[in-house]
Amino acid sequence: MTAHANELAVDVRGLRKQYGDVTAVDGIDLGIRRGEVFGLLGPNGAGKSTTVEILQGNRDRDGGEVSVLGSDPATGTRAWRSRVGIVWQDESAPAELTVRETVRHFARYYPRPRDPEEVIGLVGLEAKADSRVKGLSGGQRRRLDVALGVIGDPELLLLDEPTTGFDPAARRQFWDLIRLLSDEGTTIVLTTHYLEEAEALADRLAVVAKGRVVAEGEPGALRERYGTGATVRWTEADGSPREEHTDTPTRTVAELTGRFDGEIPGLLVTRPTLEDVYLRLTGQEDAR
Amino acid sequence: MTTTAVPTRTQAPAERLPGAWGLGFQRGLLEIKQFFRQRDQVVFTFSFPVVFLFLFASIFHDDVHGSGVTASQLYVPAMMASGIMSTSFQSLGISIAVERDEKVLRRLRGTPMPPAAYFLGKIWLVLFTGIVETAILLLVGTGFYGVDLPTDASRWFDFAWIFVLGLTGCSLLGIAISSVPKSAKSASSVVVLPFLVLQFISGVYISIDTIPGWMLDIGALFPLKWLCQGLRGVFLPDSARVLEQAGSWEFGRIALVLGAWCVGGLVLCLLTFRWKDRRTG
Repeated sequence: MTAHANELAVDVRGLRKQYGDVTAVDGIDLGIRRGEVFGLLGPNGAGKSTTVEILQGNRDRDGGEVSVLGSDPATGTRAWRSRVGIVWQDESAPAELTVRETVRHFARYYPRPRDPEEVIGLVGLEAKADSRVKGLSGGQRRRLDVALGVIGDPELLLLDEPTTGFDPAARRQFWDLIRLLSDEGTTIVLTTHYLEEAEALADRLAVVAKGRVVAEGEPGALRERYGTGATVRWTEADGSPREEHTDTPTRTVAELTGRFDGEIPGLLVTRPTLEDVYLRLTGQEDAR
Repeated sequence: MTTTAVPTRTQAPAERLPGAWGLGFQRGLLEIKQFFRQRDQVVFTFSFPVVFLFLFASIFHDDVHGSGVTASQLYVPAMMASGIMSTSFQSLGISIAVERDEKVLRRLRGTPMPPAAYFLGKIWLVLFTGIVETAILLLVGTGFYGVDLPTDASRWFDFAWIFVLGLTGCSLLGIAISSVPKSAKSASSVVVLPFLVLQFISGVYISIDTIPGWMLDIGALFPLKWLCQGLRGVFLPDSARVLEQAGSWEFGRIALVLGAWCVGGLVLCLLTFRWKDRRTG
């Protein structure tokens, strides 16, 4: 419906959350459009999990306006919950049931679930469908969690660090699943501290640090805007490495060419990666 | 219908959400399946009262003065009451605390499952295990310890309502106490201690005419004492009434106290039940 398509899937204004003396979320604004894959990127303790938990309706807020699919999550009805899929940070499926029993059972909670067999296939657990949950590896359990998050065919999927504990192959498979869901029109909000993941999946990103959004936009645009300049590295005649940060790398290289009279030993010119931008934005440059 | 390139989802009509009774039944099946897959838990749950019945009824077997029953016979309804409370109060108190700690409750809360379905599922589980437990104890009691099954239909009717009210009251009390432990680790200690104390002061381990009056008065505040008394009334000859504090079975009072616990327990659950652990605010 057009009215739905035009309204924001997630609209957050001035969100605040205190834990005792610690301010976890200090005035976050987010506007997430329908059909978008939105990444919340930030270091541990930045407030991104708290934010997502508030969007899920699983944590009370201390201030600000929150609207998720047109409702306040703090007073979410059953009908609202049936439209929101959640993938938690820690797995919690009952240990004694099999993958198939679990997925089939959760499908019963929803008015229009996806086909359980299809969902088991989507997360790549066909071979484990009849295994008890307690016999699954950590990564397989996380994939079951993803299956339980999407079984209700949600309009909005909220994922809190969904690929923690995945091996690289499982992570790729998960990305494909997210793209598939996104192609179907599902709005997806995910937190991650894997930059690679945010860059691969997200249409837009918000970088969160110390409870605030420090930058927001498309991954490429963020790099353009915050990643100015370049770094030129080379090796001096005495063997010592040198590096220079400059807005005019071509001029630097030209000067070096004149000085070395030919090949410049160890020449490397790099533009800042999204990771450099991210570390600078979150005040973690020294961590490298 | 839509003019946007992105396919949009329409909201499901609320009336198509699955109902609480049906989901509660499905959850019950799932709970029972989970229960029976934990082999050690099954063995422990069902054998515990049988082992205690064997120990007590074998150690104390003399005639109880002037009551026309043996001590062994007294222990059969006592252990049945204890078994009902352990399958309801103890198992729910511990399992719900563990499920809360392991975020099972939080996950369910994140789905459109109606909360009532969760409790209905627990009630099906408790009903099922409670019936199995009671049947085992009755079998042992009639087979080895000289207890006769009632021949009177009205006694069976009394048995039915005492079982249902006792089980319900103890279940609700179990759900309520599950909110007390801070973590899964402390759950069994928090739940088992009060249960153990109640068993001593309600006439399970120690004969009712031996326990000091003030202790019995405390026990009388809780459902276990009345459950024991009611089951004695059902399965012992009327000559044994002399052992009771009041000198009679007091079925009316039993119904009143157990019924009050069902209502009060429900209120207590509604007021105190937490879906989240204490760390989540």
